[in-house]
Amino acid sequence: MAENVEMDQKVYDELIAAGKSERIARSKAKAAAVRAKKEAAGEKLGPREATAEAPAPAAAAAAGGDAPAAGAGGVATAERATGTGGMTVEERQARVAAALAAKGNGGAATGNGAATRMAGQDHTHRLLAMVPPDGIQQIRSKQEDKVYVWPHLIASEFIALMAVTLFITALSVLPAFPLRELANPNITPNPSKAPWYFLGLQELLRYFHPMIAGVTIPGIVGLLGLMMIPYLDRNPSVRPDNRRTAITLMTFFLLGAGMMTLVGSFFRGPGFNWVWPWIDGLFFEL
Amino acid sequence: MSRIPAPDELKKRVQDNVVWKSVFRPGSIYRKGYRDTSRDRALAAMNNVLYHLHPVKVKRHGLKLTYTYCLGGLSFFLFILLTVTGIFLMFFYRPTAGAGNELAYADMQRLVRVVTFGDLVRNMHRWAAHAMVFTVFMHMARVFYHGAYKPPREFNWVVGVILLLLTLLLAFTGYLLPWDQLALWAVAVGTSMAGFTPVFGQQVQFLLLGGVEIGPETLLRWYVLHVLALPFVTTIFLAVHFWRIRKDGGISGPL
Repeated sequence: MAENVEMDQKVYDELIAAGKSERIARSKAKAAAVRAKKEAAGEKLGPREATAEAPAPAAAAAAGGDAPAAGAGGVATAERATGTGGMTVEERQARVAAALAAKGNGGAATGNGAATRMAGQDHTHRLLAMVPPDGIQQIRSKQEDKVYVWPHLIASEFIALMAVTLFITALSVLPAFPLRELANPNITPNPSKAPWYFLGLQELLRYFHPMIAGVTIPGIVGLLGLMMIPYLDRNPSVRPDNRRTAITLMTFFLLGAGMMTLVGSFFRGPGFNWVWPWIDGLFFEL
Repeated sequence: MSRIPAPDELKKRVQDNVVWKSVFRPGSIYRKGYRDTSRDRALAAMNNVLYHLHPVKVKRHGLKLTYTYCLGGLSFFLFILLTVTGIFLMFFYRPTAGAGNELAYADMQRLVRVVTFGDLVRNMHRWAAHAMVFTVFMHMARVFYHGAYKPPREFNWVVGVILLLLTLLLAFTGYLLPWDQLALWAVAVGTSMAGFTPVFGQQVQFLLLGGVEIGPETLLRWYVLHVLALPFVTTIFLAVHFWRIRKDGGISGPL
């Protein structure tokens, strides 16, 4: 945001030459550029129209105050010794004195002192409200709702971990994986099935040539296709409503793969022919 | 014999010595003076080895079970569980086959019948392997449906697909090791397809099997792949995967 603000190069060079720091020079030059741009666009600068309370020659003051800015691009308050805001030194002095007197807290002594200080003050610090808004760096980061990893995340991870360990241990008590006979390349069991995660591919072998089912589909469609998803799907949204196509395609792919795996696992028997598991029994081993 | 110190006194003495302080870094929850404040919680995360995995804070929605279902974390944990149980199994297994020298199968029989907890640990290893294939698949689906592969996370998705492939290879190479009929023929079916690779079919199959058909060389080859080569490669990709999660801004979302 702030990077887009143009800079008044002349002001910048002047300030650098005057020994100001780079940061100050840059921000002031930016402010000058914004000021010039606004002026060119006919926007009014400086303090708002003087109210009834300060019956200064407001219009003239405003014009006067801005004149140097337009001329030499003089934004730095140091160069605007003639006045701050739209008032001359005398006007401001009078106004401060009046305000202090009205407040009535030892108006004479302090009011006088304050007035002198105001008068002798060549280098005034600009009020924050006077800086043109485009000259201020704006940081836009949302405050995120975050929690401490310790103890919140670690605790839930620990619970998940324990639960899975218990689950696996409990399953392992059952004799689920009996050792079969010694491997014998001369005796082919019927059916011969791959591990369950490849049964989808083995099922595809029923329909396609092995080069398609065994190489092209898992290699090209499966691995390469999956890897390319982020480069093909350039839709930046993560909202499900905005990515119906992607979700539909992936759901079809996953359902297809799941269905092939299920059929290969439970509906294929001897000779890899079709069976109904509730009639012919299971031909599935983990 | 002096009196036994009170528990508080004992705790203070244990924690307040040079050795203890050298082990636990400042901010550790085991150090003296840990209090449940924001500062100490941050320090506890920062001065822990888990800081390699987790930042000090995470987005609140990521803690919801129904956002991640713990799938990625569980895949990693199953990988660790498989490493631990696998190391145990390696003590009792020799990858040797061939006529008159069927050590692999004999070791399997001994493991199941004789070795204390042998059958239990073997079953755990096998269940965890099946579970890991499943959780990695589900993790991939979860990441897809959350659109978590979108910039800046594209490359981490690619790493994830490679990890899926490595998981399948790890599971498949382990499948052969019992050297029984189930193992041999499952692998025979699986590898027969590799022969249909265009152009290099024969070479690919020869490389995979260490011969023209499955034999003792295949067993040794797959054993080395299973216990050393593939876990090594997987660990490297896991490191990149986890590092990228943090560099890409932690968990994705909220939707």
